[in-house]
Amino acid sequence: MKSAVVLLPGLNRDRDMIAALTKISGKPPATVWQTDTEIPDVDLIAIPGGFSFGDYLRCGAIAARMPVMRAVAEKAARGVMVIGVCNGFQILVEAGLLPGALMRNTSLKFVCRQVKLEIANANTMFTRRYQPGQIIRSPVAHHDGNYFADADTLARIEGEGQVVFRYAEGTNPNGSINDIAGIVNEQGNVLGLMPHPENLIEAAHGGSDGRALFEGALGIAA
Amino acid sequence: MIKARITVTLKNGVLDPQGKAIEHALSGLGFGGVGAVRQGKVFDVELAETDKAKAEADLKAMCDKLLANTVIENYSVTLT
Repeated sequence: MKSAVVLLPGLNRDRDMIAALTKISGKPPATVWQTDTEIPDVDLIAIPGGFSFGDYLRCGAIAARMPVMRAVAEKAARGVMVIGVCNGFQILVEAGLLPGALMRNTSLKFVCRQVKLEIANANTMFTRRYQPGQIIRSPVAHHDGNYFADADTLARIEGEGQVVFRYAEGTNPNGSINDIAGIVNEQGNVLGLMPHPENLIEAAHGGSDGRALFEGALGIAA
Repeated sequence: MIKARITVTLKNGVLDPQGKAIEHALSGLGFGGVGAVRQGKVFDVELAETDKAKAEADLKAMCDKLLANTVIENYSVTLT
């Protein structure tokens, strides 16, 4: 299974994502730059975290309109898996590839800590290596992770099982509606989440709770 | 040249933590009776276009494509 990482100015978790994909899949991912209009033939495209374009206008807003995102949308429409972490999640909602929006944390503070996540849907390409309802740990680091969707959209994504990760055991760090931490699109091949599973993949990280997400997506035996 | 002012505001029902914090700060300054405060954005845009109708259509397209996130925000365009 091959992967690619999208690079944009202002991202700062790109090296973490590249390291995680390299360690887990055994080969380094391809990298694509913001102005690239074509993405190589891969199974998984990852959009890392950071502060693309300085979070100007709205988090992810400018990145979402760069040429590379049109290429990501075309790949996604053809069923290629896409994962957006943190700023990557914000970019996916701004690009319209995922529903809803990510607002300023209700505390108005940047949060950098470990949270607990409940696997709300284990029946996706990304969560198939977890058990339904399983609680895993994950780091978060963001200022705008407060997921919002209007009532109709919320009812739809809840009803369709598109909510994949929820903050568990009172660890919601940002006021996100229904404790939503990560969602997939209707087709289930595009995932966005605020937590950083790529930062918890080996003993040196203090745990490997995030590893199964990439192993599941890349079809790699645990 | 045409000048325009675009105002972007949060839709009703969208939580605005920054507006809330400003509301509390105003109360803290002794301004009594401050109701809800909602924070928005203003863009002043200069266009080379001279046709007002064309300018207005362009400005609306700019709002839909970039300046506003219509999932959470409304916008209004005024030629100044």
